Amino acid sequence: MKILVAVKRVIDYNVKVRVKADHSDVDLTNVKMAINPFCEIAVEEAVRLKEKGVASEIVVVSLGTKESQEQIRTALALGADRGVLVQTDEKPGSLSVAKLLKAIVDEEKPDLVILGKQAIDSDNNQTGQMLAALAGMPQGTFASELTVEEGKAIVTREVDGGLQTVSLSLPAVVTTDLRLNEPRYASLPNIMKAKRKPLDVKTPEELGVEVISSLNTLKVEPPAERSAGIRVGSVDELIEKLKTEVKVI
Amino acid sequence: MAILVVAEHDNAALGAATLNTVAAARQIGDDVHVLVAGSGCGSVAEAAAQVEGVSKVRVADNAAYEHQLAENVSLLVAELGKGYSHILSAACTSGKNYMPRVAALLDVDQISDIVRIDSADTFARPIYAGNAIATVQSTAAVKVITVRSTGFDPVAANGGNAAVEQLDSAHDAGISSFVSEEMAKSDRPELGGAEIVVSGGRGMGNGENFEILYKLADKLGAAVGASRAAVDAGFVPNDMQVGQTGKIVAPNLYVAIGISGAIQHLAGMKDSKVIVAINKDEEAPIFQVADYGLVADLFEAVPELEGKL
Repeated sequence: MKILVAVKRVIDYNVKVRVKADHSDVDLTNVKMAINPFCEIAVEEAVRLKEKGVASEIVVVSLGTKESQEQIRTALALGADRGVLVQTDEKPGSLSVAKLLKAIVDEEKPDLVILGKQAIDSDNNQTGQMLAALAGMPQGTFASELTVEEGKAIVTREVDGGLQTVSLSLPAVVTTDLRLNEPRYASLPNIMKAKRKPLDVKTPEELGVEVISSLNTLKVEPPAERSAGIRVGSVDELIEKLKTEVKVI
Repeated sequence: MAILVVAEHDNAALGAATLNTVAAARQIGDDVHVLVAGSGCGSVAEAAAQVEGVSKVRVADNAAYEHQLAENVSLLVAELGKGYSHILSAACTSGKNYMPRVAALLDVDQISDIVRIDSADTFARPIYAGNAIATVQSTAAVKVITVRSTGFDPVAANGGNAAVEQLDSAHDAGISSFVSEEMAKSDRPELGGAEIVVSGGRGMGNGENFEILYKLADKLGAAVGASRAAVDAGFVPNDMQVGQTGKIVAPNLYVAIGISGAIQHLAGMKDSKVIVAINKDEEAPIFQVADYGLVADLFEAVPELEGKL
């Protein structure tokens, strides 16, 4: 079966972001970018399904500027077979991304679509669910375990209070949680080989999708700073402060 | 137009986060309806009717909604939602699961995890693991929103007297089914709503050592949380994780023990009123957000603290 994996180019998760002085956005100039950590887990899961003989082909898709090709190449080096970049300089919102992915799904007809549960920049946690709705597919969100058998995806989901297992008819959409797997590193030979793997570039116009958003960001501000705390010298001093100074115990 | 709040519940009791969500809805408008979709959920509907400021409770009691499967619940909410100006749910795992699906069915963008309401169309939400707060304006015909509970003080669970309307809707998409669930059992307060949270990190060393945190938590009437490192190391189950990808908490007192304070962990707890850090590494980033920091070996400090409370 064919698996489609969506990956996003985001700021590296270790970078401490700074808000621009004019409060229009965060400052992304000269900042290290990387593949979103949850997307890496999605790629890894697809590759494992291929290694088990469940999947026959892995197509990786990304939406964004030309630079997003780097993240597609990373996914190809990890084991994906070919890439598709939907190139746009616009910043599409989750609904537009879901519509663009739906157009790719209509072309590729995958049996399984794997996405990360959220991107660490916008923290939306929407795209997989929206794609599933648009494509009329079932969804297994926040997956910590995935098995495919007899035309079904069995997904164990991380929910508040524990774990829930659901059975989904294929084709289905699965979004990954942190504990689904431990992504591998790309080896140098695989990075070299990935350069020769096919990568198609498309535009939203070709896919017939208009990139629009009903959301307008008015401003981006840094969060309220906490006032500097103090070091206490002993447990007794700590208890005394908590009891008399802030009265929280 | 009225505002629809989709209740969070387990078919037996109304989830506490629903009270925070109703509070957010009340900031937008006065006519707040609550939808209870479940199976055998009569007691939840009764509880919802008692909630302060709710004018109507709409109940869809059908086997298709028993396990809150997103494929079925989203069809119901999207159908009802067309008649509302706003649809809100708590940003808990079930709300996060079905609400974006509702938004897509209604062909509108969703606004996730709001922490502040400026007006009926303008909302604030954290981005980049809480390192920036974006103010967004929506022109969507129906505003589909998930609400971060810690951003809004809950309304009272009693004092309301809403009319209860039974719906005979039965949307079953027939493409997904519930298999099983494994819920963690705990007598301690729920992490999301606790007044005091005691959390352990990699510094705890192993799962058995969490026993000293449980003792401290029980003395304080606190919930117990954990950092991702402690969860990944298998010390405790993942539903205890506090952070960008786990639970977001804002208790009166947060005690971080053996937690270094990575960006992703701070995203889940830095709105706590008072933060205490106990760590033997005086350079740990957690001390930059802690109101009170104690540089000490947790295996000595925690039992001493517990003993002296």
